[in-house]
Amino acid sequence: MSAVIEIVQPNASAADGEQAPPSVVARAVYEHPFIVRLCHWVNTVALFVMIGSGLQIFRAFPSFGAKIPQKDLLHWPKAFAIGGWLGGALQWHLTFMWIYMATGLLYVAYQIFSGNYRQVLFTHRDLPGVWPMVKHYFFFGEKPPAREAYNPLQKQAYTTAIILGFLSVVTGLVVWKPVQFSWLGWLMGGFHYARIWHFAVMWAILLFVFGHLVMVILHGWNNFVSMLTGWKKDPEY
Amino acid sequence: MSPKVPKQQLDARQFRSVSRRELLKLTPVLALGAFAIPKLQKGLLKKGLGFNDGAAERLFRRGHLAQTFDQSELTPFEKFPINDYDIDDPGVIFENWSLTVGGAVAKAGEYKLEQIKQLPITRQNTRHVCIEGWDVIGRFGGARLSDFLALIGADTTARFVTVECADDYYESLDMATALHPQTLLCYEMYEQPLTREHGAPLRLQIPTKVGYKQAKYLTDLKVTHVLDRVGYWEDQGYSWFYGM
Repeated sequence: MSAVIEIVQPNASAADGEQAPPSVVARAVYEHPFIVRLCHWVNTVALFVMIGSGLQIFRAFPSFGAKIPQKDLLHWPKAFAIGGWLGGALQWHLTFMWIYMATGLLYVAYQIFSGNYRQVLFTHRDLPGVWPMVKHYFFFGEKPPAREAYNPLQKQAYTTAIILGFLSVVTGLVVWKPVQFSWLGWLMGGFHYARIWHFAVMWAILLFVFGHLVMVILHGWNNFVSMLTGWKKDPEY
Repeated sequence: MSPKVPKQQLDARQFRSVSRRELLKLTPVLALGAFAIPKLQKGLLKKGLGFNDGAAERLFRRGHLAQTFDQSELTPFEKFPINDYDIDDPGVIFENWSLTVGGAVAKAGEYKLEQIKQLPITRQNTRHVCIEGWDVIGRFGGARLSDFLALIGADTTARFVTVECADDYYESLDMATALHPQTLLCYEMYEQPLTREHGAPLRLQIPTKVGYKQAKYLTDLKVTHVLDRVGYWEDQGYSWFYGM
C-alpha cells in the first residue's frame, strides 16, 4: 500500500552520446498518510492543552481524599499549567476535549477504513518479536532484522497509546458527567474513583510521550520528517 | 492513501517539491494557533465553553436520576464543607424572611417558609460535587422545585428559573433541571433544619448540578424566558449549564 520511490541523480552523458541510467542515491517510502499526520499534530496540540489545563484544574483540589481534612498529594507548579485559574483552565479543558476526541475518532476511523491499521496495530503475530526487540533496546542485544515500518515493540507502544487515549476520554466523561454516564462511572467505582483513574491515565500518557520523544531523537531526522511530509527517506527496511 | 507521484524515480529537486506539497497540506494545524493570540483567545474559549454547554444540555436526561446512597455512606455532617463566595452567614432574619416570586408565574408574591414546607417533603442522600474536584455525600430534605413551580403557577415553557440570594449571589437554571424530580428547595440537612452556613432558611439542592449552581440563602425566585444575568461564577468564566 505504501508507495516507494527512488531518489536518483542523473549521470553525465557517456562519450558515445548515450544517456547512462541515473544512479539511485536514496529510497523513500510513503509511511504516514495525510489524515494520520493531520490527526497526529492536531492531537499533539490538544494533548498539550489537556494536560496543562488538567494540571491547573488539579491544583484547585490537589488531593484524592476527603475535603475535610484535606491531605494534598502534590503541589503542581503553576508555571507548568495552563489557564491561570480553575475557571480559565476549565475553559481550555472543556474546549480542547472536543478537538482531542475528534482527532482520536477521525484517526481510528481512518485507520480502520483505509486498512492502514495493519502497519501499527499490535496483534498476537507480533508477540514472538517482542523479546528480541526488548533485548536490543535495553540489553544491547543484536538488532532483529526490520521487515516492516514498525517493529513489534513500536506497535505495542502505539497500540497502547490509542488505548490510553480511549481511557482518558471515558474516565474524563465520568468526571464531566457522573450522573449521565453513571453506568460508566459504576465500572470505575463512581465519580470519586473516576477522577483518580483520569489522573493516572494522564501519567501513563506522559510516560508514552517521554518514550516516544526519546525514540524520535534516537531514530533521527528522516524519521521525524516523515510525520510532516509522509515520506520517509532511507527507511531501514 | 498514497499521494500521486509523477514517477517512481525522482531527482532530489523533485522529491523536495513532493515533500513540500505534503507538508503544506498540514497548514490547517496552524489554525489552532488562533488560541494563542491574546485578542482572539477569550472569544474562542467562550465559544468552546458555549459549545460544551450545548452538548451538556443535550446529554441531560429528564427522567434519569442521580445515584442515591445508604445512610452508612453519608459524609458526617461536620465534614460536609461550607463553601461561599463571600460570607458564611449573610444574617437573614428568619421571622421576616419570605421568598419573593415573580416573572412568568400566575401567582407572584411573597411565600413564607411554612407554605413551602406544606409541599410534600423529599429526603435524599446524594453526592455533592464541587467544581474544585472534591465530593461528599449528604442527606438533604425539602420540597421539589417542580411542586413549588406548580404551586406558583409557573409557565414551565419558559426557559429559565433564576434565583437571588441574601449574600447577593445569583444563579440561573434551565427549566429541564428545575423540573427534575431530585431538584429541591432544600430547608433540611441530615434531617435537621438547614444551618445558616449551609444556606438557611432555603437553598437549592440539585444532585444533577455542580455545587456552585446550588445557591444558598434564597430571597428571590423568577421564571423567565430571557436571562438578565447568568450567575455569579458564570460571570467570572465558569460554565453555565454545568450539569453532572
